[in-house]
Amino acid sequence: MKVLVYINSEGGIAKASQEALTYASKLGGEVVAVSHGASNELESLGTYGASSVLVDRSLSQPDSQQLTKLVASAAEKTGAEIVVFSHDLLAKSVAPRLSVRLKAGLVAGAVDLPDTSNGFQCKVNVFSGKAFGFVSVKTPKKIISLLPNSLQPEANGSACGVEEFDSAAGASAVKVVDTKKPEGSIPLPEAELVVSAGRGLKGPENWGIVEDLAESLGAATACSRPVADIGWRPHHEHVGQTGVAIRPNLYIACGISGAIQHLAGVNGSKVIVVINTDAEAPFFKAADYGVVGDAFEVLPKLTEAVKKFHSSN
Amino acid sequence: MKILVCVSKAPDTTSKIAFTEGNTKFDENGVQYIVNPYDEWYALVRALELKEQHGGQVTTITVGTAADDAVIRKALAIGADNAVRVDAEATDAYFVSNQIADYASKNGFDLILTGKETINYNGSQVGGMLAEAMDLPFVSLAAKLDVEGSGLKLEQEITGGVQVVEVAMPAVVSCAKGMAEQRIPNMRGIMEARKKPLEVIQPAACDAMTDFVSYAMPEAKKACRMIDPDNMDELVQLLHTEAKVI
Repeated sequence: MKVLVYINSEGGIAKASQEALTYASKLGGEVVAVSHGASNELESLGTYGASSVLVDRSLSQPDSQQLTKLVASAAEKTGAEIVVFSHDLLAKSVAPRLSVRLKAGLVAGAVDLPDTSNGFQCKVNVFSGKAFGFVSVKTPKKIISLLPNSLQPEANGSACGVEEFDSAAGASAVKVVDTKKPEGSIPLPEAELVVSAGRGLKGPENWGIVEDLAESLGAATACSRPVADIGWRPHHEHVGQTGVAIRPNLYIACGISGAIQHLAGVNGSKVIVVINTDAEAPFFKAADYGVVGDAFEVLPKLTEAVKKFHSSN
Repeated sequence: MKILVCVSKAPDTTSKIAFTEGNTKFDENGVQYIVNPYDEWYALVRALELKEQHGGQVTTITVGTAADDAVIRKALAIGADNAVRVDAEATDAYFVSNQIADYASKNGFDLILTGKETINYNGSQVGGMLAEAMDLPFVSLAAKLDVEGSGLKLEQEITGGVQVVEVAMPAVVSCAKGMAEQRIPNMRGIMEARKKPLEVIQPAACDAMTDFVSYAMPEAKKACRMIDPDNMDELVQLLHTEAKVI
């Protein structure tokens, strides 16, 4: 069996790509990666399980139609039965298209390996993370879009060969006019540690104590919806039902009460720490560790404790 | 300008999530269905704003049974001109997108809008599948959408930022937060919605490719462990030795 993994290598090989390759290796069979653009790091995909890489160097900033054709032509070339994506914002536009093109059933947002003891069933989050569903895929070809941070990358292999190919992807119908990405910060969906704050911080001028804690941990910063809506923080930091859904290893929430819409965006976090002055805040029910206290006093103390820990370890 | 808005029902955000028949079916007992918020607040309201600026017609389409008519009337009350319901259970995203593609191809639209996902299955699949079935460009997770000349100018979420793009019509766009403000239907809208056309059509032949066979609830969180605010060293130690996240 052949398993094809789509890797977005523009901007480097993300941890999510390493996870997708590791996941594909665990499906059994030979893993081939497909990518595009000018990356010179593609040999390293072998480390995470790829036996070879197909790359179309002619594609840059491809749209969803071109990417669909790229992956479809690689699937045809390799005879892949399963295609794996990392379930990021790009995959959400490409995997559904590919599903129609290949007539391959799609598992959107898998959190575990498929159970093949009775057909082919895969576990996904449903109801905004409040429950799990088991999706049965009935077609011979299958597509799995893997939710980031569902397993740890395993670097058991060695560098692999890279083959250039022409995917005949055609021209882009969507013209990119401008791209705005904040410099230097960790993209929230990829962050393993996240420090988040809400209205309890009382104003944007007080975010220094949040950023200090994030910096001491090497964490990304996030915020609640009201804070983004009133303009204290940029919208791309807003986590929750209508913002970004994240599932880091550690989520520290300061001055956020824990409305159901906020929880929907963070309930996949492995460990949740809640810091709030109100002992009755609903967020404590979803937390692993809680601190009842004023963020203005607790955060600097926590930052100090983290620094002390790092200097002694 | 003819705009088609894909509308789906979803359980109210505050609904209790439970399953029945041996965890194979969502327990609808006591559940209030609403128009999926992404379909309503962003896709439908932005479609109405574009119609107000540029003229045209806003049609909604829903794949569902007669039980979905209440949600469809709500969309009409907010301001859609007419509605279409494909009379079938919405079995999977492939089936649903196939039905919509079939209707849209026969009736010709300049712009097809979906919400970015439904809040129950969160699949984010119908827009992309529909675009592929109709061989149209697709812009996902758009937070801004304007008509410029014969094309569209959009701002979409990408990993770690936003991107401004241009695309010709016809096109499929999935709509995210930021595109429009919620509109509450007024009494006149609700009265008019009763008389607006809701056409029920038969589904095209198509087999679903996937199926939800069962569900499970996450393991209950164990009680939150409270830490003294004056003892942050203890919290850091627990995060290191017990939770193993730092």
